[in-house]
Amino acid sequence: MADMQVNLAGVSFKNPVITASGCFGFGREFAKLYPLEKLGGISLKGMTLHERLGNPPPRIAETPSGMLNSVGLQNPGVEAFIENDLPWLKEQNTVLIANIAGSCVEDYCEMAQRISETDVDMIELNISCPNVKQGGVAFGTSPEGAASVVREVRKHAKKPLIVKLSPNVADIAAIAKAVEAEGADAVSLINTLLGMRIDIKTRRPILRNNTGGLSGPAVFPVAVRMVWQAANAVNIPVIGLGGIEKAEDAIEMMMAGASAVQVGAAMFYDPYAPVKIAEGIEQWMNDNGVKNISEIVGTVKPW
Amino acid sequence: MSYLQKQFPILDTKCLAKDIHELVVSCPEIASQAIAGQFVNIRTSHTLRRPISICGIDAEKGTIRLVVKAQGKGTDEICRMRPGDTIDLLGPLGNGFDVKNSNLKAVVVGGGIGAAPMYGVASVYGKNCAAILGFRDSADVILEKDFQALGCELLICTDNGTRGFHGFTTQMLENYLKENHVDIIHTCGPKPMMKGVKDIAEKYGVRCQISMDERMACGIGACLGCACKTKKEDGSSTYSHVCKHGPVFEAQQLDFD
Repeated sequence: MADMQVNLAGVSFKNPVITASGCFGFGREFAKLYPLEKLGGISLKGMTLHERLGNPPPRIAETPSGMLNSVGLQNPGVEAFIENDLPWLKEQNTVLIANIAGSCVEDYCEMAQRISETDVDMIELNISCPNVKQGGVAFGTSPEGAASVVREVRKHAKKPLIVKLSPNVADIAAIAKAVEAEGADAVSLINTLLGMRIDIKTRRPILRNNTGGLSGPAVFPVAVRMVWQAANAVNIPVIGLGGIEKAEDAIEMMMAGASAVQVGAAMFYDPYAPVKIAEGIEQWMNDNGVKNISEIVGTVKPW
Repeated sequence: MSYLQKQFPILDTKCLAKDIHELVVSCPEIASQAIAGQFVNIRTSHTLRRPISICGIDAEKGTIRLVVKAQGKGTDEICRMRPGDTIDLLGPLGNGFDVKNSNLKAVVVGGGIGAAPMYGVASVYGKNCAAILGFRDSADVILEKDFQALGCELLICTDNGTRGFHGFTTQMLENYLKENHVDIIHTCGPKPMMKGVKDIAEKYGVRCQISMDERMACGIGACLGCACKTKKEDGSSTYSHVCKHGPVFEAQQLDFD
């Protein structure tokens, strides 16, 4: 019997498949298709202290094997989430990860404090949203910036703290090390890669925000490389994401060094993707005599 | 409201006009609960599903009709599907038109491919309905016989005058409202046309429902991609989502800028 269970920073997940922030809302829409307890966990839609309306449309552009988005952290604000969505989510029998974003260190700290008072299981610090001016990514693109926000948030976060890293950087290992040194319990990567498409008829960018974040299978090799580099640099768990669409991708990501994975854009073409990936991993373990999924983490044999 | 995602068999396909194809899909689970104006999100080989309005619903036979215009890689692929193929649908999605009272005197205004969802609406009202359909050219006219078979009053407009009224649907609508009592207007088509319909409906004090289109990803309200500017009750602006709060909105909710 394959043991799918993983433990991240003291939190137990029934399987290593988590839905990625921004792709799964607060879960209600997907709960009409399958019970959320099939998931290892949910990284909830990125939240801010106060309601944000997000960016003007169009917010979506298709790309070869992927997509750009410039949603811009549209969310009802943390208090509305706690009141309207958290009680329902707590009944879904899966790990809840609150993804929090801010425009200044004080906002991040207040969010972390407030979430720490709730039944959420973990906090994911979003210092990598590319679609919001002063929206986190300013902190996420240098080791010093990332360290400075984690240092302060750590004082307020009473829950295990995941830091979600941006791929739009020169040295991912240096950033991963910097946040580990300030007390991060785990890192998750990659957030989206900054991209752009132009309509050649109108000479206008397709996205009203001009640029947006690239996700989907197109980014998968970049994500594997960065997860491998980050996992080699730190001792805390790494959560791997970026373009995962099937069980083999999740296994590859775990061999690169990820202790768990997140699935995002794949859910837009196959809403059952995270469930199928979890089932596929279990099948693969049975076929390959792997008893515990954690056995494969970081087992890539580099040349 | 409930939806599902599954592979369904295609029973029939037909070319209606240049680049416009009709598919009849056997999907009893969707047909039994779908409402005119709802849509399905269709999987292709590309990353994003393609949201397509439901044209006709036959709950008894368990089929829906989809009319698709090939205007890119994804819709080209859908238009190449043939009877015997299966199609991956997620649906029925969104809120349909309010067609609960079929005794009302209704006008449907469809522009181009926007005529397709208007067929589903007109089939609820039958004789109580006038259908104003606009196309660029006589060669682009679709669903003419289908609307006629419903017994509704059919008013075709073309931009170049090669069929019916030489002019826009909005001009025809205004002429119609001057001479007829109308309880409700339903519309789908290009944005400038729908904005025009909204303005005319306001001028004549007629309730108007508009089906919106926006670049979309999940189709169910999770990703917040398909934002559309709307007005709250207090008059302030916000972003609603076409897939979940729409695609059908009351005209006064919408903020065309």
